[in-house]
Amino acid sequence: MKDTRYTQEQVAQMQKVIDAWKGKPGPLMPILHEAQEVFGCLDEDVQKYISKELQLDVSQIHDVATFYSRFTLSPKGKYTIGVCMGTACYVRGSNKILESFKNYLGIEPGETTEDGLFTIEAVRCIGCCGLAPAICVNEDVHGKFEAKGVPALVAEYKAQAEKA
Amino acid sequence: MIEKKLPDLGIRFGNKVEGENKHHVMICGGTGCTSSRSEALLATFNEEISKANLQDQVSVIRTGCFGLCELGPIAIIYPEGTFYARLTVDHVKDVVEQHLLGGRPVEELVYGSGESFTETPFYRPQMRIALQNCGVIDPENIDEYLALDGYKALEKCLFQMEPEQVIQQIKESGLRGRGGAGFSTGMKWQFTAENQADQKYVACNADEGDPGAFMDRSVLEGDPHCILEAMAIAGYAVGATQGYIYIRAEYPIAVKRLTIAIEQARRAGFLGKNILGKAFDFDVELRLGAGAFVCGEETALIASIEGERGEPRPRPPFPAKEGIFRKPTLLNNVETYANITKIILNGPQWFAGIGTENSKGTKVFALGGKINNTGLVEVPMGTTLREIVEGIGGGCPGGKQFKAAQTGGPSGGCIPAALMDTPIDYDNLGAIGSMMGSGGLIVMDEDNCMVDIARFYLEFTVDESCGKCPPCRIGTKRMLEILTRITEGKGEEGDIERLCEIGQNTIDTALCALGKTAPNPVLSTIKHFREEYEAHIKEKRCPAGQCAALVTYKILEEKCKGCTLCAKACPVGCISGEVKNPFSIDASKCIQCGACMEKCKFGAIERV
Repeated sequence: MKDTRYTQEQVAQMQKVIDAWKGKPGPLMPILHEAQEVFGCLDEDVQKYISKELQLDVSQIHDVATFYSRFTLSPKGKYTIGVCMGTACYVRGSNKILESFKNYLGIEPGETTEDGLFTIEAVRCIGCCGLAPAICVNEDVHGKFEAKGVPALVAEYKAQAEKA
Repeated sequence: MIEKKLPDLGIRFGNKVEGENKHHVMICGGTGCTSSRSEALLATFNEEISKANLQDQVSVIRTGCFGLCELGPIAIIYPEGTFYARLTVDHVKDVVEQHLLGGRPVEELVYGSGESFTETPFYRPQMRIALQNCGVIDPENIDEYLALDGYKALEKCLFQMEPEQVIQQIKESGLRGRGGAGFSTGMKWQFTAENQADQKYVACNADEGDPGAFMDRSVLEGDPHCILEAMAIAGYAVGATQGYIYIRAEYPIAVKRLTIAIEQARRAGFLGKNILGKAFDFDVELRLGAGAFVCGEETALIASIEGERGEPRPRPPFPAKEGIFRKPTLLNNVETYANITKIILNGPQWFAGIGTENSKGTKVFALGGKINNTGLVEVPMGTTLREIVEGIGGGCPGGKQFKAAQTGGPSGGCIPAALMDTPIDYDNLGAIGSMMGSGGLIVMDEDNCMVDIARFYLEFTVDESCGKCPPCRIGTKRMLEILTRITEGKGEEGDIERLCEIGQNTIDTALCALGKTAPNPVLSTIKHFREEYEAHIKEKRCPAGQCAALVTYKILEEKCKGCTLCAKACPVGCISGEVKNPFSIDASKCIQCGACMEKCKFGAIERV
């Protein structure tokens, strides 16, 4: 990958993963997962790079990358807030929580705040139905969440980001 | 075979060692309790136990899900079986000093009336087969699994049984697929075994996408080795050497525990080449899903493992003939595999003795929604919905009226209160317009609108339809449009009939199970709650008061004290008035969120 915003370290890290998968059956999904982890998203540069390495048409890569909701073509915020829209959470009012995040952060699901900190998403059941309604921030699950807890949660992660 | 000295876990089955103060403190490390901060609890227990100098007598173990997520974080102390609920780090010191040192449980923190937790109304009616080891062992320690007869079933198969005998036993047990459709597991194994090929595969469907179901996640988090062992047994029975577990990327803890388990099993010689010294090779690889519900459908799952879009393929050929990389593939669900080792060890007759005539064994249900005891329960097939909802689940919170239970997720249907005494099994659920599905059981009360619930599920299937076949792509979309219209008060005469017609056509013509079952939530709610549809369409009224477009909020002047609470709670500022005088709502700005009504202490706000 030349002339891209990605660092040599990122490319080297990815190359290792690709080399390990070469010759094994069905490598595309695991490689896309890893690429998203390394580069933050699967944009055109990343797709072209993988296409060249795996000798697959870039259209084929694009086809798969756009099919699955977990893959993203543009970078997400530092914290992705996923509001669970599973049935158990829905019947306990998760739509109100999503509304509350939308209003408070001023963005729609799938969008990222201008400071690059937060992305909100309506996500599929995260399997925490026992603690409905639940949300997750990256991989941290917050159970029995209430719409009024939105400002405090956002403040908590803002503080965490400043510390880091 | 297994010569190693294994830990003695007798204490967790109530065996007290005379003259010793030995305790095992089991702390739930499932996703639910982890989100309730059980990790901090674990660290604090270790600290306090060291301070009290009890480290030689007390072991603290991170274990799998106990099922009662609602009360998390949970800790169980053995040998007494004392169940501590909603523990915080501040409670730990008391528990250590009073219980572990003093021998007296801290009563105010104990769930139930002090007896062993197995005697509480939530646990007593349960029968744990698939969840047998969940909450009993440390899932990251293979020795604990081995101490409870782990990998003994694999050993028995390899040394005492021919592959045909293994298949025969699974057939005789009557086990049916726990993923939803309920096909005979033994027959599936036989079909895969009969197809000859240079390479065969065994796959595990852990793409638990049903909203409201989390039993597979709990099994993988709490007892990962039992799945690996069952897959190895399946590999031996059908002649496969490679296994794949397709698991949702949304389950990071399960992925981590499986990764650890696979490593441990390889090192101990239960996976890899020449397993237990026999001429049998079998290994397992993890494949992560990427957020596509349709990948729970077997042919779509196979396409995804191959690195393609997760789009279903027409069957036949079935995976038993042409599966992963076009090779014969055995594909079972997590909970199905979780029953295998127990059938091999206890015999098929034992398993066939549990359950109903055509549905053997137990089923794990994820109880959720408007119910007091949310969590995982495992009961014999044939248990009635009433026993599960009222007995184990403790009914609806706040004394609300039970309205319906939804089983089978987006493929299932709603069961009304009148059918609560139906014994739950595959056939009965199908007969009343629902289905077993993977075991999600969502309870709804009088405040839930059944038209809105049908719309909710259709929104889900429209979003998750892969788009390959027109009946599903277009049929679900048209149904969603009609349902949305009805909930917005724009329903028309004939909409119900149109929904039934489109629904039936989609069932008849869609390519895969996702499309074929997508109309079920609509058709079953029409069947059992037709009057709610009619109220929306004819009277423009939502009986449950859920559909925002059909409700208005009003302040009753005679009851309003002018306390301002409602105005402060209103997110759009449409409530105004003078302090100590009746307030009023500007209906043109109101978004019908109901926040004001929740806040009012005087019952002065009315929803009409």
